[in-house]
Amino acid sequence: MTEPQRPTPDVTSAAGATNPAALSSAVMAVNNENHRSQWSDIWRQFRRHRGAMVALTVFGGIILFVSIGPLIWRIDPTYVDIRARNQGFSLAHPLGTDQLGRDLLARLMAGGRVSIAVGLTAMIIAIFLGSLIGVLSGYFRRLDAPLMRMTELFLALPLLPLLLLMVTLFREPLSQNFGSAFGMFLLIVTAIGATSWMQAARIVRGEVLGLKEREFILAARSIGTPAHRLILRHVLPNVMSPIMVAATLGIATAIITESALSFLGLGFPPDFPTWGRLLFDAVDQMVLYPWRVIFPGLLISLTVLCVNYIGDGLRDAMDPRIRGR
Amino acid sequence: MLTFIIRRLLLAIPTLLFISLVIFLLLEASPGDPLGDVPLTVPPEVRERMRAALGLGEPWPIRYLLWLKQFFWVEPLYWTDRWFGTSFSEGMQRIVSFQSRSPVFDVIAQRLPQTLTVVGMSYVVGVLIAIPIGILSAYRQYSLFDQIGTFISMVGFSMPTFFTGVVLIIVFAVNLQWFPSVYDTTLVVRDWDSFLAQARQMVMPVTVLALYNAAQISRFMRSSMLDNLSQDYIRTARAKGLSERKVVLKHALRNSLIPVVTVIALGLPAVFGGAIITEQVFRVNGLGQLLISSIYANDIPMVMTLTFIFAILIVVFTLIADILYGVLDPRIRYD
Amino acid sequence: MRLKTVLMGAAATLVMAPAAMAERGRDGQLNMILWQAPSTMNPYLSGGTKEMIASSLTLEPLAGFDAQGNMYPRLAAELPSLENGGIAEDLRSVTWKLRDDVKWSDGTDFTADDVVFTAEYCMHPEGGCSQLAKFEGVASVEAIDPHTVRINFTEPRPDPFTAFVGSQTPILQKAQFQNCLGADAPTCTEQNFNPIGTGGFRVTQFLTNDTISLEANPEYRDPAKPAFATVLVKGGGDAAGAARSVLETGEFDYAWNTQLAPDVIAGMVAAGRGQVSAAFGSLVERIHVNLTDPSSSLPADERSTRAHPHPFLSDPAVRRALSMAIDRELLVEIGYGTAGQPTCNYVPAPEAWASDNTECLTQDIEGANALLDEAGWVRGPNGIRAKDGVELRMLFQTSVNAVRQDFQALIKQWWSEIGIETELKTIDASVFFGSDAGSPDTLQKFYADVQMYADNFDGVNPTAYLSKFTCNKAPSPANQWQGENISRFCDEEYDRLVSELGTIIDPEERAAMGRRMNDMLTKDSNAIIPLVYRGTASAHSNSLGGVELNAWDSEIWNAVDWYRIPQ
Repeated sequence: MTEPQRPTPDVTSAAGATNPAALSSAVMAVNNENHRSQWSDIWRQFRRHRGAMVALTVFGGIILFVSIGPLIWRIDPTYVDIRARNQGFSLAHPLGTDQLGRDLLARLMAGGRVSIAVGLTAMIIAIFLGSLIGVLSGYFRRLDAPLMRMTELFLALPLLPLLLLMVTLFREPLSQNFGSAFGMFLLIVTAIGATSWMQAARIVRGEVLGLKEREFILAARSIGTPAHRLILRHVLPNVMSPIMVAATLGIATAIITESALSFLGLGFPPDFPTWGRLLFDAVDQMVLYPWRVIFPGLLISLTVLCVNYIGDGLRDAMDPRIRGR
Repeated sequence: MLTFIIRRLLLAIPTLLFISLVIFLLLEASPGDPLGDVPLTVPPEVRERMRAALGLGEPWPIRYLLWLKQFFWVEPLYWTDRWFGTSFSEGMQRIVSFQSRSPVFDVIAQRLPQTLTVVGMSYVVGVLIAIPIGILSAYRQYSLFDQIGTFISMVGFSMPTFFTGVVLIIVFAVNLQWFPSVYDTTLVVRDWDSFLAQARQMVMPVTVLALYNAAQISRFMRSSMLDNLSQDYIRTARAKGLSERKVVLKHALRNSLIPVVTVIALGLPAVFGGAIITEQVFRVNGLGQLLISSIYANDIPMVMTLTFIFAILIVVFTLIADILYGVLDPRIRYD
Repeated sequence: MRLKTVLMGAAATLVMAPAAMAERGRDGQLNMILWQAPSTMNPYLSGGTKEMIASSLTLEPLAGFDAQGNMYPRLAAELPSLENGGIAEDLRSVTWKLRDDVKWSDGTDFTADDVVFTAEYCMHPEGGCSQLAKFEGVASVEAIDPHTVRINFTEPRPDPFTAFVGSQTPILQKAQFQNCLGADAPTCTEQNFNPIGTGGFRVTQFLTNDTISLEANPEYRDPAKPAFATVLVKGGGDAAGAARSVLETGEFDYAWNTQLAPDVIAGMVAAGRGQVSAAFGSLVERIHVNLTDPSSSLPADERSTRAHPHPFLSDPAVRRALSMAIDRELLVEIGYGTAGQPTCNYVPAPEAWASDNTECLTQDIEGANALLDEAGWVRGPNGIRAKDGVELRMLFQTSVNAVRQDFQALIKQWWSEIGIETELKTIDASVFFGSDAGSPDTLQKFYADVQMYADNFDGVNPTAYLSKFTCNKAPSPANQWQGENISRFCDEEYDRLVSELGTIIDPEERAAMGRRMNDMLTKDSNAIIPLVYRGTASAHSNSLGGVELNAWDSEIWNAVDWYRIPQ
């Protein structure tokens, strides 16, 4: 292996201040008489990101659609009106009905609530676990081996038997303590979260391994910064972008995984709609009633796209090097 | 580096043994019955007999030890015999599937070719598309190319393969009749015609999977490139008068590859694991379909063996990824 | 694949053109899709329907059932009867005369020794033979001469046609399987995958759970059959994909078990390439009512056992109201189309055994409401009926299956109209139908108030099927939850009828008693609420001739008679 042409660090930036975030906030604090907080600064920057703002608006719209929508459109999503089955668009059913005459608009709203809640919560659990384990094992050499071996174990476990076992063990206790719907929700998000953090952990660890040898970290450590501060202030901000990508992809995976769980009878009760399940149930009828796959598919994609753009915007806004560009 | 590799390989042995025990216990504990598929017309007494014939009457530690012996001793002996014409494994019981009552390794060997060609090819295609797209998207951030790339990859990732696969079948197999909707596993490539037939039946499953893989990898590539392109050393490199090509492809790319290497290294064992849904939709019947049907049938020896091989691959590929980190960034050291 | 089919077809026509039309192998290749892929060709090892169907291409029993459920001889020269002396006067033995013109596909002669061996193979104590129940009560099987075999029973048997009748128990070749007895069965992969048979086809390549390639058996007894030179049986995917490959793309000629929503099927058939037909055997989709209390507050070994009667389902009026509220015609229309018929019977066929019980066929929500009012179940402010503080809230479970989930939603709605609230639950089929005593979610444990599934019986004799509902067969910890009396039905009169049923010789009388027992389970007690008499739907291409579906035996029982219709 030849010595790589490693770019030498910019000589003008003093070693102690190479952490870009620390540097720029220091500079900003001096320059700005008004002393705006870092968060309002980020927000100001975020607003200038056109894609992110559009995405935020659309995402807000989707949230309103699934939260306020059912208060306005008051048809019960599980009500079977067998005489009105397989209908197209009409005033009574703006998006038509399914094979049992259930109103598709109401089902999309009700399904969205669950799908978005499951997607976001499961993603947050997975990203939190993944980042935590990734940072710890990348930063502390002693923790590296045990944590990574555990990650390998989780990667190797067959998912379906694991989920079946979890549901068998915890379905009844959870639904007794938290009610059947919320208990099931807890079970599902924990199951998805607990089985999808490994990729994030490996990615974060890889980044941290390289990062902790960089000059600004060495400098911060040499002036005696305690480990937790070093991680929170210097390491984490620099691994944000892969975490953001993993988070965006994680939402999509969680929404689809939820629907996969219901084919195994592990998800919510069968008459309970979710986007993933609406999509799956309609695949067989795709040729006859294409809109039944198009609407849930569109909403899933739209949600994921929005989260992606919001994530892009946040990443740009939080990166001081391109702030103000 | 060598001591690191040796140490990791030694550590891998207890790790894998522990993983195998956990997998075994998990399969034992999870609900389900190898006889779940037997019709209800078969009375309980006969089911009991069938269960005993499968060896399920023994307590689990004995069955676990038997599996270990078969996996680490009988199977290697058997394959030695096969290759060198010896007869060490004479009279020894190989790992036998509950479903088909045939040795699991024979079935895996049958399934491996179609999984490697279809899933492996889709992975190669996915990586080959994703890396240039990721680089270009980051280099021209917010250009039309980047916007379209983002859109396609996010839609591609959020559409499950059970949906995209059926859409392709309806369009290209039913309406246009360009490609077959059923993968023929008995097809042997002998000449140009059979090669064409093989290519035709691979087009749709490879497309579906490659889209999915490319979406994911290109996102990581793009974000990592973006991070590095705005670093000071890139500015320095440009100031030194290096060509733009050299700056991007040599300096920025090399430093951006760490997360991508991680993702690819995690993805390669998955190639062996097959693609469960895509294989089902196109009836490729590779290892993914084998795994899922064995899980449904509670075929414990088969699931156990497949997941354990999968675990070995994971351990090996994470080690390879760790070694590659050191190559990409010499500051990373493990000793 | 299509190209290959066409080429093979063309090649076959070229070669065969000058010969007479009735020549073996004249029609090229037959492509079949069994999406639930067979894992072995030996039905004694698996017990699954898919393996039984695949193996019926190669292996044959002594006698089979035709599409109407009538028995006909296959490897036997004639059917034994009391008249021809085949069935002994004391009913303790049956003597089969075998055909003398049958050869195995390796060219050797088929003899009585093979029959004797097959019995030995299945009855071996360590073999774990899945068809052992067919050999129950068989004392011995002996070869009288090379073409005569006698089966002796331990006690008089009014119906001696269990072993070697129907594709579940075909004859294996002794020469091939003699080292595969008992514990050696799993070492015989080669034999299990490529059994030598007497049927129309023989295996050339067997890829487990994937593809079976077969060719016409050169030794088959009728030189004009089979019409197809080769058969490809492909597995994998799902019912929709299988139906599509026959009805829409035309890549396959025949697809087994294409159970899909009627409108989806209609859309595919509209492409004009093929059709879907159904064969009706004895399969009934029904709801079992739990007569015992499944409440999770009970100790684990008393839950869903006869120690605690159900708080409200033990009231016959509630069970009757549950049945009355269901519109079975509509269920058929939504879920099965032509592959189903509404039924009120637990035993829907054969004709002699089917009760004329039809009163449940008209839905009567008002009547059900009146019945519940009368029984003292009063609607509360939330619309749910209650009596003495017990509310009518139920858990309704079934396996994961699109049609069953639609049924659940519909039935939940109807029951809500009579003031009963239902919570739905689905369970993965491999868990639900598995009998893992450690799992809480099995059919036998029945930790729910009502559950829905389908069941049938083999052949044309429902005696064993009716005998499931005796008091002592209720699943409980005492029998490791392995009982077959799922509803926990218990009636002394019924138990008495079961013990009598086995001793009656006159078929008329037996059928009459069976009808009475059927009524006791259904309309009298409503312990079982039958919904749909189901057929198995299969798709076949318009160019495939001779298909006659059969629900009493292997569905493709007459594959040797199939031929290509020139288009």
